[in-house]
Amino acid sequence: MSPIVKLLAQRIALSLLLLLLISIVIFAGTIVLPGDVAQSILGQSATPEALANLRAELGVNDPPVQRYFAWLFGAMQGDLGTALTSGQDIAQALSSRFWNTLFLAFWAAVVAVPLAIFLGLLAVRFKDRWPDKMISAVTLASISIPEFLIGYVLMYFIAVKLRWFPSVAMVNDNMGLFEKLNAIALPIAVLTLVVLAHMMRMTRAAILNVMQSAYIETAELKGLNAFQVIYRHAFPNAIAPIVNVVMLNLAYLVVGVVVIEVVFVYPGMGQYLVDHVSKRDVPVVQACGLIFAAVYIGLNMIADIVAILSNPRLRHPK
Amino acid sequence: MNRHMQYLAAQAAAGKLSRRDFLGKAAALGFTAVSANLLLSTAAKAAGPQKGGTIRLGLQGGSTTDSLDPALVTNTVGLMVTRLWGETLVELADDGGIEGKLAESYEASADAKTWTFKLRSGVTYSNGQNVTADDVVKTMERHSGEDTKSGALGIMRGIKDVRADGDSVVFELDSPNADLPYLLADYHLIIQPNGGNDDPAAPIGTGPYIIKSADMGVRFVAEKNPNYWGDLGNADTVEIIVINDDTARVAALQSGQVDVIDRVPPRTAKLVDRAPNITVHSTSAAGHYVFIMHCNTAPFDNNDVRMALKYGINRQEMVDKILNGYGTVGNDTPINASYPMYTELEQRQFDPDKAMHHLKKSGHDGTILLRTSDNSFPGAPDASALFQQSLNSAGIKLDVKREPNDGYWSEVWNAKPFCTSYWGGRPTQDQMFTTAYLSTADWNDTRFNNEQFDQILVAARGELDVAKRTQMYADMSTILRDEGGLICPMFNDFVEATTDKVDGFVEGIPGQVLMNGYAASKLWVKA
Repeated sequence: MSPIVKLLAQRIALSLLLLLLISIVIFAGTIVLPGDVAQSILGQSATPEALANLRAELGVNDPPVQRYFAWLFGAMQGDLGTALTSGQDIAQALSSRFWNTLFLAFWAAVVAVPLAIFLGLLAVRFKDRWPDKMISAVTLASISIPEFLIGYVLMYFIAVKLRWFPSVAMVNDNMGLFEKLNAIALPIAVLTLVVLAHMMRMTRAAILNVMQSAYIETAELKGLNAFQVIYRHAFPNAIAPIVNVVMLNLAYLVVGVVVIEVVFVYPGMGQYLVDHVSKRDVPVVQACGLIFAAVYIGLNMIADIVAILSNPRLRHPK
Repeated sequence: MNRHMQYLAAQAAAGKLSRRDFLGKAAALGFTAVSANLLLSTAAKAAGPQKGGTIRLGLQGGSTTDSLDPALVTNTVGLMVTRLWGETLVELADDGGIEGKLAESYEASADAKTWTFKLRSGVTYSNGQNVTADDVVKTMERHSGEDTKSGALGIMRGIKDVRADGDSVVFELDSPNADLPYLLADYHLIIQPNGGNDDPAAPIGTGPYIIKSADMGVRFVAEKNPNYWGDLGNADTVEIIVINDDTARVAALQSGQVDVIDRVPPRTAKLVDRAPNITVHSTSAAGHYVFIMHCNTAPFDNNDVRMALKYGINRQEMVDKILNGYGTVGNDTPINASYPMYTELEQRQFDPDKAMHHLKKSGHDGTILLRTSDNSFPGAPDASALFQQSLNSAGIKLDVKREPNDGYWSEVWNAKPFCTSYWGGRPTQDQMFTTAYLSTADWNDTRFNNEQFDQILVAARGELDVAKRTQMYADMSTILRDEGGLICPMFNDFVEATTDKVDGFVEGIPGQVLMNGYAASKLWVKA
């Protein structure tokens, strides 16, 4: 087996092991939360009879270990079970939510990633001059402000005052692509502002770091033009840290946007997860947790693999 | 001058004059805001509802875990959606009485133990089936069965038997109950084909609208039911969007994405009302924010401790600061003027001296622990801090413990001896007392056990003489006020808002939120 295949297999196996451990952590977490699912479903208006009836029907009287393994084997076969609260098939209910989340994350990434890299390059080009300082100041300010506040501010000025874009990012299947993009314009703007700084700074640092190396100077002295220097020498060496931070931010765009979903009423996975957490709907929480963890681990794995492939030292370990 | 006012009102009703301008002119002419508002709503009604268009509501309270099954409805979104597609036998009328829905008329036997409801003939469900007396019987059985999860189970308990009799339905009760029609107006008791036993969550009913798409906790779309028997339903399409975030809901109204919202936060309601195209509506209601003590647990088993705490609370301050004026002061009973047989009792005032006197008499020494959380009622931790301060001036030390929102209703409420909570209120005194103050009630969250109170409650159910019943309820309220474990500082108003695109909102309708849940079908889109 070639060393690179072995390396990749190791990475993937480690990721799967991590996923399994995370599912245990999530399950344990939902067990220690106060309150029980029947009480949460019926709320304040629960009679003791109704509570007992519901508890028996939901099967929450079984021991937790038994419930965990039953679920795990189901999940391996693609069956995420049914929601305790609504009785719906989780995989089915989740899929439309998951696509919505990916849709928002995708378009936010389409705007944010090229913009961040472009701004990073611009900052390098004008290093320590006013464009560099301004880009840094603006992006750092936007990452420092809580995202819900940026959301409210944009909502007030752009949706309420100027009425350019809607404040409610409600999408549904009957809408065309442009209608959908119009609806999610504000959340995309907020997400872009939130993830921009991180990626921009990393691009700037990585490129600057490489540009100061001796081999870049050598390349220049060899008589290569600026384009060739960047393409042949700087880019391959800067790509690993940039991909790493881009993947981290993509993961954030998928799993970390609960607040944005609530503020803009976007029907994504975050809101779905929060509703079920507050009702102690363990199967749904598990399923969402597992998907979020898989996305996070998967994207980080991709970042690792890209780093390995782009780096000869990692590609050919001693 | 009067004719001029009527002209102005007609202009305002037709949308040629803003409501604010109208009220300003009315005030300049010496009319009070109340009479000017009345004139305006009369003029708006005279202009008449307009048909067609789409009404969009942005509502708080929906969740992805909700169900369309009317038995499981627990929140505002569920209520509003259910009101679109389904109907109960009878309904609370705008004047606080009872009006027929699927039942055309009803009558009680002299002892109020046997009730007969005659069904409206020729009413069909949205699937074309006829409504039968058997459906009604099956519906009632589903909500009262042994294994039901219905939110209406509590009120179905006193019903011994339900049977079909031709096109009528006969209810036999265990004991007399003059309030049965009020109980049957409960929004869970939607009449469904075969009682909903085939598919409880299928929205097939007799309501003015038909549900076209339902995405739980996200969005609902309904279209006018062409075969609806009654005159409800002005807009062709109703769209309900779940917007749980307060700021987002208000922004959606301000940006014109929705026409109606519920639960305008009291803190910002006056600011929202200042916008030229938005009107905030406030309706006093039976809901109340409370501090509840367990009457059987030390130190609250001593009535002097309870009285000390009741005298040590500044009710007006709570209404001003917690409700921002959108509410009324309470009087340590769960009953206010929104109940049908209400008698005003002498208002208990904040009195540090009396509080101190009762505390000394009780012999209690040391601090008292109050538990609270954000979701027990909006602003509960702030209200607890105010309570702490006002008690401090009476020399009583209160410790406030912040509990997590998660699990508050299972771990703290109805479990710990002193905590903050809320009640949504009930349509009648009997129901409110039976739900929470009868010694054997499931939700006796003050552990109140008073023999005399229980006796009057049962006696009042069979009393058909309104004057006598009114006196009985006044006596019960007095007992609660002077001996109960309830500290009720305030009744919260329903604060709702509409844009000037829609018309027909009437403030002060008793019952549930948003015109007793009928705002979607009673409002109309202005042409």
